[in-house]
Amino acid sequence: MTRLLTDRPPAVAEAGKASPRRPRWSGRTRRDFFVFLALALPNLALIAVFTYLPLINNIYYSTLDWTLGSASATVVGLGNYITFFTSPDAANVLGTTAVFTLVTVGGSMALGLLVALALNSKVRGTTFARSAVFAPYVLSGVGVGLVWLFIFDPGYGVLAWLLRGIGQQSPQWINDPQLSLVMVILVYVWKNLGYCAVVFLAGLQSLPQDVMEAAALDGANGFRRFVNMSLPLLSPTTFFLLITTMLSSLQAFDLIRIMTPLGNGTSTLIYEAYLQAFGAFNRAGYSAAISVVLFAILLIITVLQLRFVERKVHYS
Amino acid sequence: MSTLSPVSPNPATTGDSPAPGAGGAAEPGEAAAPEGAVTEAPPRRPAPFSRANLVQTIAGGYLPLILATLVVFLPLLWMLLSSFKQPGEIITMDLKLLPDSVNLENYRTAMTTVPFGQFFMNSLIVTAVGSTVKVILAILTAYALVFVRFPFKNAIFVLILVALMVPPQVSILPNYILIAGMGGKNTLWGIILPGLGTAFGTFLLRQHFRTLPGSILEAAEIDGAGHWRRLWQVVVPVSVPSIATVALVTVVSEWNDYIWPLIITDRPETMTLPVGLTLLQNSEGNGSGWGILMAGAVLVIVPILLVFAALQRYIVAGLTQGSVTG
Repeated sequence: MTRLLTDRPPAVAEAGKASPRRPRWSGRTRRDFFVFLALALPNLALIAVFTYLPLINNIYYSTLDWTLGSASATVVGLGNYITFFTSPDAANVLGTTAVFTLVTVGGSMALGLLVALALNSKVRGTTFARSAVFAPYVLSGVGVGLVWLFIFDPGYGVLAWLLRGIGQQSPQWINDPQLSLVMVILVYVWKNLGYCAVVFLAGLQSLPQDVMEAAALDGANGFRRFVNMSLPLLSPTTFFLLITTMLSSLQAFDLIRIMTPLGNGTSTLIYEAYLQAFGAFNRAGYSAAISVVLFAILLIITVLQLRFVERKVHYS
Repeated sequence: MSTLSPVSPNPATTGDSPAPGAGGAAEPGEAAAPEGAVTEAPPRRPAPFSRANLVQTIAGGYLPLILATLVVFLPLLWMLLSSFKQPGEIITMDLKLLPDSVNLENYRTAMTTVPFGQFFMNSLIVTAVGSTVKVILAILTAYALVFVRFPFKNAIFVLILVALMVPPQVSILPNYILIAGMGGKNTLWGIILPGLGTAFGTFLLRQHFRTLPGSILEAAEIDGAGHWRRLWQVVVPVSVPSIATVALVTVVSEWNDYIWPLIITDRPETMTLPVGLTLLQNSEGNGSGWGILMAGAVLVIVPILLVFAALQRYIVAGLTQGSVTG
């Protein structure tokens, strides 16, 4: 069985290897060539124009001193990058991005795994609970952000009322940059942990039951089975989640925009790029430079992930 | 297909929970000790209704579930309750749990302060058109990548994978300049067009199509069915749960999409709901406006909650496949 399982290589890793599924029919190859183009070209063209072309354009715009909407621009070469990296902005923005990404990814995956273990128990009602914890993931970030902003309201929010109950003043969540970041992180984890839980649950339920039972018969208790068997066997699921949650954390915009419009303490790379171009300053070139920095970081992470997956992750 | 592993969900039954026996049939002696619970395995099976067994089931099984469900639902319930409250019921030091009455005044105010009906229609059009096109493009591309012979398929797939990792936010400035230059500012097509290419749907469906047993396609091929018929009469019918997943995820993300419509529209006539809600926040963003803002949040959140309640079976099944096989 193990051999059969490893026959099917993981999707991310197998790109680059040819997969000879069928014998060759030489007459068919030519027709298939055009069938492929007819089916795939519209989508590929859209991806090229609206995903890849902007990356190139961004690099070009990042070399300009250009106010959005203005007809003239000056070429400044690496000037925007130098401005960014020599200003205190860089440390702030990169630090905020790192904290936001690491804490939200770690938080939603750890809590998601705990919830998945609870959902995997053999009691009634797990189907409903699974849907319930997943629900926030599909809701509008703008709507959710407003609801939580009301809960965090230092004057009339539920949290302030609870704190008054134990004789505490509500902190000024919005005005304090660090608390703003804490607030946005909490809401982001609330919104995303259900996704991690459901994916982990699927992983748990696909563990080979016979092997788990054999371990139980051999006297391994629940905790040991979890640490020594479930966790290693879950590593493809964990890896999948690591990629997807890291990508969505680096793209987090809605909650930040609605809860902290000024980006006070919550300016991640993406939010800073937005603020610079579409905020008060309309600094298009500078914004493009920040986007390029973000893309470079994503590219490095992606390459590291692709190398990692081939070596370390357990796939069967 | 020899590579189909016994643990991956059978494509014909993917609408239901994964592997039979994985969740449903409890092994004797396992019933009280959930997998991975930090407890010693009971040496002997306790009596089914013994006190220890009941306590363990409630503490280990139900309590975490109830807790998790409440953490999710209480804020949403609070949103709904607050949307019926008048300013006097919100601006008070004593928390009032329930509104005095189911008063729709906040909804009326939200509708008259900003054109919410128009926002709703715009969101509906953008979501319907955008999702339909994206799902069809994803099906076609994924089929081509898996079943049609082509020299650079792996390179193309890598390009799609990379596109999946490019945040759309990185592209907003160049796309804004491109679409605004084409005259797409404050138009619905300007909102829809840049998002039509789909890397996500292609990726997810490709992963699913690869798990289909080759034998069913070979049978169709021997019967003389061309690619087009094999796609619509063999591959699509057995992939309904995955396609439903892609469709649902697409509908949800189109409905919730925020950053792009926020940038490409600045006039209420073409705003979608989330952007309109920002407009409402600007005009009601002080203490007394919370009830109105909660009414606005209900209008953007509840439609998706309803869609999710009706179709969550598919999204859960599909995500299961995406993660376990990918």
